[in-house]
Amino acid sequence: MGIHNAVKNIKSISAYQVIQFVIGALFIGYILWRLNEILRVNPIYGPDTWMRFAIAGLILGSVYALIAIGYTLVYGILFMINFAHGEIMMIGAFGGYFVFEALNAIPTPTAADPELTFLSAQPVISVLLAFIVGMSVSALSGYFLEKIAYRPLRSAPRLVPLISAIGASIFLQNAGQLLFGAQRRDYLNPEVLTRGNGWEFPVGEGTVILPYTGALTFVLSFLILIGLFTLVQRTRLGRAMRAVAENKPVAALMGVDVDGVISRTFIISGAMAGAAGVMWGIHLGLVYYFVGFIPGIKAFTAAVLGGIGNIPGAMLGGFFLGIVEAIGPPILGLSFQLKDVIAFGILVLVLIFRPTGIMGEVLTEEKV
Amino acid sequence: MPMLEVHNIHTYYDNIHALKGVSLSVEQGEIVTLIGGNGAGKTTTLRSISGLRKTSRGSIRLNGEELGAYKPHEIVSKSVSMVPEGRGVFARLSVAENLDMGAYIRRDRKGVEADLERVFEIFPRLKERRKQVAGTLSGGEQQMLAIGRALMAHPTLLLLDEPSMGLAPILVESIFETIQQINQEGTTILLVEQNALMALSVANRGYVLQTGEIVLSDTAANLKQNEMVQKAYLGME
Repeated sequence: MGIHNAVKNIKSISAYQVIQFVIGALFIGYILWRLNEILRVNPIYGPDTWMRFAIAGLILGSVYALIAIGYTLVYGILFMINFAHGEIMMIGAFGGYFVFEALNAIPTPTAADPELTFLSAQPVISVLLAFIVGMSVSALSGYFLEKIAYRPLRSAPRLVPLISAIGASIFLQNAGQLLFGAQRRDYLNPEVLTRGNGWEFPVGEGTVILPYTGALTFVLSFLILIGLFTLVQRTRLGRAMRAVAENKPVAALMGVDVDGVISRTFIISGAMAGAAGVMWGIHLGLVYYFVGFIPGIKAFTAAVLGGIGNIPGAMLGGFFLGIVEAIGPPILGLSFQLKDVIAFGILVLVLIFRPTGIMGEVLTEEKV
Repeated sequence: MPMLEVHNIHTYYDNIHALKGVSLSVEQGEIVTLIGGNGAGKTTTLRSISGLRKTSRGSIRLNGEELGAYKPHEIVSKSVSMVPEGRGVFARLSVAENLDMGAYIRRDRKGVEADLERVFEIFPRLKERRKQVAGTLSGGEQQMLAIGRALMAHPTLLLLDEPSMGLAPILVESIFETIQQINQEGTTILLVEQNALMALSVANRGYVLQTGEIVLSDTAANLKQNEMVQKAYLGME
């Protein structure tokens, strides 16, 4: 009898689970071996280099987190992936770019520097203006995107708005190319935010630079993330958003204008993508019509990683992905050009081993 | 003039003709019940009144004003609240947040606080659990929360859809006592129930709905004595 039961238990483990386990064990084993290799046996990088990687990862991760929240908010409410979200970010990046260009055209000569322009003379106002404009144009784009591309399809099967989203993404990319041209443009920063400048501090035997642009990006995203979390958890609108996400007809019975809340969700996620776009421009320095595509897909990966629909999950996923992208290649022994492969490899691994994401379990249980 | 007057409404689900000319009225201060079997159209009638389901013909008037053109969230601000079938509490929101959602349309802080006290008086259990996530409440507690949440809007007309569904008999009785109490405090109630015996014992008047049509309407006492009602809904031979 006992033997019979034991045999039955073995049979109940499927071949898929065995394969999952073997792949997982091999993967973890490989990472542990590589860690041992590069940290103890043959340390190619000193602590200063690791520090540099970590800083770069955190900065990038904070931008991913901002964009990822937009995917997760929209998914939480409409159960669709807004594939045009990366393009919303691109629009915000251009918004900030044109503000900087315009302010740079205003001469404010002083005796010391006759070439001085408003952009460098008033960096705080300039940066503030860039963010306000970038976030506004993205918020507006998000609002109209929902109104034009998604609202008419509200009662259609779930695949239909998804296709519409991909269409909107392609449309916005091409519109961007038509309007702004195909060439890559340099993002013109105020002088104090010159890329590469930063605080230097010694770590181990070398020095590490914390770039000003990176610090600005990190601090601002962190503030925006806290603000968003407070909005969703503590305000009347946030409560309405959560109620609509859970049950639209009942939310309407409470007097919530469901369409209005959906519009405002797109405005909020658009504004956050816009902020991310301006940060991308300021920190990384390039803007063109395709600039939103890769960060968009990466942030989507981050949102899935954290458990799509889950706000803290998206934040966590964003930071995790940023750090993995920075320290993943040296740990895995790959070239840095392969960092995108690592990011999307993670997407595949998450979908295989934990489709609900790191923090997604609660959500799926309640949805059933 | 009756508070709520539903006149000859027709409602469709795609090709299914769910309501075939339903008419009913509710006077101020009454408890009116709508009884009938599964699929008779009871829930559809309530959903039509609250605007969740558009009617294709007929009129629904509240204090003489036609409601047909309004969206559900606009009807709520006309002081009509509904407790949906299956309770519909927001499982991921706390009890307190659910109650806040009930008062979503209101701006008078003092009044909201007074109503919150009243809800906690009627359902002391909710006060104990106000920080708990609603999904972890028992079925009876969720029903209390759903009713309490509807009361937070301070409605003059309360639509209740199957408040007894899935509850233990002892809880059903206490829920119905509460319904009477709410009514005595001045809220008019339209009650949809499968538990006809309970419904008729608290209601002033009743309507019997069968496959989308009203087949009987009378005082609750008379309906209880009616042979057809006794046979079909009260389980008497």
